[in-house]
Amino acid sequence: MIRVFGLAALGAVLAIVAGALAPAWLVFTMTKAIAFGLVALGIVGLMRGGLVSFGQGLYYCAGAYVSGLLAARFGVSEAALLLLIGAVTGAAAAALVSPLIARYRGIFFAMLTMALSMVLYGVLAKATPIGGTDGFNVPRPSFGGWTPGPESADLALYVVAVVFAAVAAALCRLYYDSGPGLVALAARENELRVEYLGASVFTVTQRNFILAGGLAGLGGALNGMALGHVDPFFSYWTTSGEVVFIAILGGYASAVAVFGAALIVELVRSFSGQYFPESWQLFLGIFLLLVIIFLPRGFGSLWAKRATGAKGAGE
Amino acid sequence: MFDVRKRGGIAALLAGAALAFGGAAQAQETFKVGIVTFLSGQAAQSFGVPAWDGGKVLIEAFNNGTAPAPYDKKGFGGMEIVPVVIDEAGGATVQVQEYRNLVQRENVDVVVGYVSSGDCLAIAPVAEELKKFTILYDCGTPRIFEDASYEYVFRTAAHATQDNVGLARYLKAKGVEVSTYAGINQDYAWGHDSWADFTAAMKQVYPEATVSAELFPAFGAGQYGTEISALLQARPDLIHSSLWGGDNQALILQGLPRGLFQRSQVVFSAGDHAMPPLGANYPEGVIVGARGAYGYMAPDTELNRWWTKLYMDAYNVIPVQAPYRMAQALTGLKLAVEKAMEANGGKKPTSEELAAAMKNFSWESPAGLIEMTNGGGHQAIQPIAFGRSMKNDAGEVVLGDIVRFPARCVNPPADMKGIDWINAGFPGAQCD
Repeated sequence: MIRVFGLAALGAVLAIVAGALAPAWLVFTMTKAIAFGLVALGIVGLMRGGLVSFGQGLYYCAGAYVSGLLAARFGVSEAALLLLIGAVTGAAAAALVSPLIARYRGIFFAMLTMALSMVLYGVLAKATPIGGTDGFNVPRPSFGGWTPGPESADLALYVVAVVFAAVAAALCRLYYDSGPGLVALAARENELRVEYLGASVFTVTQRNFILAGGLAGLGGALNGMALGHVDPFFSYWTTSGEVVFIAILGGYASAVAVFGAALIVELVRSFSGQYFPESWQLFLGIFLLLVIIFLPRGFGSLWAKRATGAKGAGE
Repeated sequence: MFDVRKRGGIAALLAGAALAFGGAAQAQETFKVGIVTFLSGQAAQSFGVPAWDGGKVLIEAFNNGTAPAPYDKKGFGGMEIVPVVIDEAGGATVQVQEYRNLVQRENVDVVVGYVSSGDCLAIAPVAEELKKFTILYDCGTPRIFEDASYEYVFRTAAHATQDNVGLARYLKAKGVEVSTYAGINQDYAWGHDSWADFTAAMKQVYPEATVSAELFPAFGAGQYGTEISALLQARPDLIHSSLWGGDNQALILQGLPRGLFQRSQVVFSAGDHAMPPLGANYPEGVIVGARGAYGYMAPDTELNRWWTKLYMDAYNVIPVQAPYRMAQALTGLKLAVEKAMEANGGKKPTSEELAAAMKNFSWESPAGLIEMTNGGGHQAIQPIAFGRSMKNDAGEVVLGDIVRFPARCVNPPADMKGIDWINAGFPGAQCD
């Protein structure tokens, strides 16, 4: 446990140093990558149980809207508080949905989660008082009562994002390696056997789903603040699909890899958009294909596999 | 010791040379313009691609110095224009990120862009925060300068209020009798806002007329069978639609065989861009708007003749609203840069100097006079025209019966919100 938190703290310090040295545009892209990485981290948790949700946009969007509305209409500006509110909102929404959704598997699970996220999209798109399809703007957050100027605002939010991401990744690591977390891996292999051993697959799925919802809400609140704008597109299925892709690229072997994967996807998309404005989708697609072909278990498998291999040899 | 000093001398020499070269480079400075518009997705073929097609030939003409006066200086005040083009697809999330990349990574001097109102709303506060002179060239929502005020953000096209106010005025001017009317508009902000503006304007212009059907098919629905049945059944005198792009074409192609256009007078508030692709299939007698005096309805000026020829020579199709809106942004930007350079002694202007030059500015664009009078001098008003589709002598479907409305006839005064102005009965409108 101390080792995990130690590693997380070290990673966070390194990430903050990197952020302080990075140019302004990169800081923003890294913040956005962290937000997407958090959502993807939740999907990784589900993937460990053999499930993929194509509707994390719902919890992502719910977190963004609730924290965004509190900031825009009720003057709540404390970044950490808004992030926590986003996480709680996402988790609460997922908890509400989970008894229904945890009964399903495979394609039914994926389709049902996606359908629910599109319901939220439809509702928000018609909600004219909060901007309809155009969404609304979210004011800049403050940090412990301090409202930074435009020069340092990006970096301040990035630092907060890194801290939240490090804590989230560490907690996820501990949970994944704990007994209840490992049951998910077993359920992925054989649900029936898990049930016979006395563990409830339903409970495991529900727990992972609520965790994923909370992480998605956290990511949504973070992205709303970073972008300064939220709109129903947050809940659109393409947003969910993008995050699933990040999760697949990161792979479920590592809790940290998703953040790297998110950053790489953002950078590849941005630069191919820059240099090939008319055909950037082609380049992004080729890149993703190459990763899938050569790293089918994601970036995380680059080091996670080796670690297990070493462990196996030692035993 | 001697050695070090000698080296110092060389370093100074080098530094001097670098300065000299720097100075030489400055004389041939370039002006980087970030251009953001749809190059993929639903709005690409109707708006984004033709807009950038127009921008491309216009920038080329500016750089070669072949544009007519007052646009005859090379580039922007002698600086070569270097465009950096970005696809607007992906939603506001991606656009905010790409905007930052344009400004902070590519160091563009200005950004011109955004068709989607959602993108405009998201970009404006970011532009303000980064203090970067930014022109919103197309998006329609009045909310941008009605809900907030900005230093660095400008919109060089009138907002959507005029589209439907002008339409109602056109109906009156042409003596179209309307006792019942219906609307078919897309189920997103643009469709709802257009319908709200139109019904409000109709209440003023045709107070007796009643609404017989309000339909809001999904954006990008493509199939309008049920909606057409409902409209045929309601038999309104007039059908209003703000559908654009593929949706607009689909409605036309599906409504034609079922007699939709014979049974009711159809008006398309922003449908001119469907005319070139549909060609001779375009129904006759439809009242069409273009969000400005564009394309078939543009004024017959030397500048417009030059611009139309420039575009048609390159693409063999008449420019409609999208390239005109890009042209009015780029012509305004060119004059604003040159005005700012006159004020600062010929240096490349900063965002602050550009904003000062653009505020309350006015210029002659191919579509007529653009005046930055609203939104504290940041929001343009412009003349608008409407026409009726009809066959010309060559058998092509074009727009005739054209009526042009002056900017102050169809746009709210500077201190009023669009919808309030309509509901108050257009106070202060100058229509002569």
